[in-house]
Amino acid sequence: MSYRLGIDVGGTNTDVVLLDGDNRVVAKRKRPDSSDIMTGIRDAVRAVLDDSGVDPVAISQAMLGTTQVTNAIIERRDLNDVAVVRLGAPATRAVQPLAGWPEDLRRRYQRFSYIVGGGHEFDGREIAPLDEKELTRIAREVKGQVGAVAISSVFSPVNAAHEERAAVIFREELGEDTPISLSHQIGSVGLLERENATVLNAAVSKVAKRATVSFQEALASIGIHANLYLAQNDGTLMSVEYALLYPILTIACGPTNSMRGAAYLTGLKDAMVVDVGGTSTDVGVLVHGFPRESFIAVEVGGVRTNFRMPDLFSIGLGGGSIVRDLDGDLQIGPDSVGYRIVEEGRCFGGSQTTFTDIAVALGRARVGTHPVTLPRNRAQAAYDLAIARVTEAIDRMKTSASAVPLILVGGGSVLLPDAFEGVSEVYRPDNYDVANAIGAAIAQVSGRVDRIFAMDHRSREEVLEEAQAIAFSEAIRAGADASTLEVVEMEEVPIAYLPGNAVRVKVTAAGTLASYERRGAKDSHARS
Amino acid sequence: MRTQIYAHDIDALALGATVLGAGGGGDPYIGALMAKQAMETHGPVELVSIDELADNELVIPSAMMGAPTVMVEKIPSGQEPSAAFRQLERFLGQKAAATVSAEAGGLNSTIPFVVAAELRIPVVDADGMGRAFPEIPMTAFHLGGISATPMMLVDDKGNTLLLSTIDNAWTEALSRSATVVMGGSAMLALYPATAGRMRAHLVHGTLSRALAIGRILQQPMDRADRLAELLEQTSGRLLFTGKVTDVMRRTVGGFARGTVTIEGLAEDTGSVLRLEFQNENLVALRDGAPVATVPDLITVMDLETIRPITTEEVRYGQRVTVIGMPCADVWRQEAALELVGPRYFGYDLDYVPLRP
Repeated sequence: MSYRLGIDVGGTNTDVVLLDGDNRVVAKRKRPDSSDIMTGIRDAVRAVLDDSGVDPVAISQAMLGTTQVTNAIIERRDLNDVAVVRLGAPATRAVQPLAGWPEDLRRRYQRFSYIVGGGHEFDGREIAPLDEKELTRIAREVKGQVGAVAISSVFSPVNAAHEERAAVIFREELGEDTPISLSHQIGSVGLLERENATVLNAAVSKVAKRATVSFQEALASIGIHANLYLAQNDGTLMSVEYALLYPILTIACGPTNSMRGAAYLTGLKDAMVVDVGGTSTDVGVLVHGFPRESFIAVEVGGVRTNFRMPDLFSIGLGGGSIVRDLDGDLQIGPDSVGYRIVEEGRCFGGSQTTFTDIAVALGRARVGTHPVTLPRNRAQAAYDLAIARVTEAIDRMKTSASAVPLILVGGGSVLLPDAFEGVSEVYRPDNYDVANAIGAAIAQVSGRVDRIFAMDHRSREEVLEEAQAIAFSEAIRAGADASTLEVVEMEEVPIAYLPGNAVRVKVTAAGTLASYERRGAKDSHARS
Repeated sequence: MRTQIYAHDIDALALGATVLGAGGGGDPYIGALMAKQAMETHGPVELVSIDELADNELVIPSAMMGAPTVMVEKIPSGQEPSAAFRQLERFLGQKAAATVSAEAGGLNSTIPFVVAAELRIPVVDADGMGRAFPEIPMTAFHLGGISATPMMLVDDKGNTLLLSTIDNAWTEALSRSATVVMGGSAMLALYPATAGRMRAHLVHGTLSRALAIGRILQQPMDRADRLAELLEQTSGRLLFTGKVTDVMRRTVGGFARGTVTIEGLAEDTGSVLRLEFQNENLVALRDGAPVATVPDLITVMDLETIRPITTEEVRYGQRVTVIGMPCADVWRQEAALELVGPRYFGYDLDYVPLRP
């Protein structure tokens, strides 16, 4: 029998699950993050091995979902210098790269920022020939000065040729060891946001490298020599090699993993998911088994980006949220005692009244070591207020008025009731508290395309077929088994004020890992 | 009246312009960044009343034309707006004393600041619409008999096209196709006229109004107070408060059309507001009866943040408040309503002036 590890490094806890070949949870462990994340992972993994008695060599795959890249950007830690190269001159000079960035980052990155002749029009014509001479000059100028290169070309989602050629020139000058990020692999239409995401991707190259190496070492130190994968924010996996190229895609993978775990644990493909943590609650939507994507620009560490992100609505309400003024103008959160609930919460003998204590006082949940007594009508009012906020969040995320099924996951989900307005049925799966780590462990591999296609001389079917073929080859590149690939999302968006039927087509395909045992993947859905 | 506008004022201007965009006009994000970069490089810009100019002085409006989607990808070179302006001056054999916005709603509120900063000329505090509209003839200039041509179109590469047409409908048709060849967006200098001729055919004070609206929305005060101040500033009226329960979109002839259904909350509980849009919001029907129609401005605001929501951004589940703002007087004449009234956009409705 071979086993898989799912690991989720979140804001407060590191969660680990061990799954057997039939995707059953053999052991699980939740522990507060230590200052050294890798020590935390090692200790938690060792604990599940001890609990289960599984031999480390029987673990064939390990999947990691981590917030390390996000944190590096937010905290400006260990970022490397980047050559910021935009291909688009003479166009695009009206707004320089890094416009609108926080001052500290802008000052740092504008040193090696360039706009070079090249780029394409929306219909694929060249704006200007690629200025290869200038690219060679820049490559020599930045050699030894930067740790990575970010290349963004105008309309590269339509035609990526200039980005690819520029990458060859930089690689010739800088060698194989300098990571090169290409914007068409990272974001969609919207040059500034895509360029921003590409620069951030290049800036975290070093962080990503260190995180993956120490992840490998942490597992190797306890005798695990599995294939390693990182979770992406669309709910699929990438190989370590791929993750080193696109580390930015790990941002926000935590909530995504929870939603994928929820889908797996219930067998539902279309549902709402409510993930209740200690401090906040995320509400998301599963569409064909994957999180619905956000359609607006998302800020990462103060930088506006447009790469794919799960569409989440978060509210500052969790198990540890502090309840104030129980007798007057009631308030719940957004501040929380977090993991200190086990010392400070009333149900653990502390003096803070939290959302958990309200539920315990009302007899809705059994948590902690101490009974909690509160005036019943006030506790009920506080509970009603909290549930009204969750209900509103659910309603905001719905795309139609009809009632939908809802899956509750996360440690704090025990506090929520069994029915909500606008919800057809509430599901509470087993192992709800480690849904995130399970989501990482059972994830598939995906590939996608998001480009503008002109339909002038081609039929719609031809365009969609081409888009699907690109998505499939991307998925195979990321490690998917070709025979298991299927389209999980397809979207066409016509573009206003342009003739000739220019259409933006997005296709996502997903399949199982090439080295997966099929048996496990198939059985998993039958089980629910 | 003369006011200095600095780079740090542009965000407020763009936010206010989005309110005046009535759901359309294009996201001013790139336009605002362009204006800021130009003003950081060349210095602040003076906003003046048309009365500060002598009757014989030349004024040339500046604008962007094309698909906003293209502009967020192929950002302009930054040379186009002033190149179009200079080429038109050269053709006319006269220097212009100022530029002005053709359209204060959305993206085109910011383009004149790019020209003005670089050429060190003032921007007239006015525009040709008082809101956003999709076509070149839909301006007060046109109603005043001013020709949109001679007009210059300039692209990012420096290609310049001079249009001289028999009427403004031809200008619209020819410039629309030229823009596509130029890659989907172009910058224009158009509707040149003397200050004396233009004075009676402008919507006055629109840029300072956009700025004032933006500043109200940026204030850290209670949302009810912000909304009240916004309505006072625009002489607007609260039309409806509710939750978006349906958004239906379709693209017809290059225009994004659709219908938004909003179910009432609070005082509007039990009622339904239906909004029809074509790039801009055009008709608001409360329980089937029109409560606001184009050319009056209909803008959807987020109920929590009191920020404008464009027709591209409106989604199921949003809590919104819909406001109506009276259009400029020029649009309430018979001839104007033929050009921009509900029937022009295909609705079998007469214009219902917004009740104060």
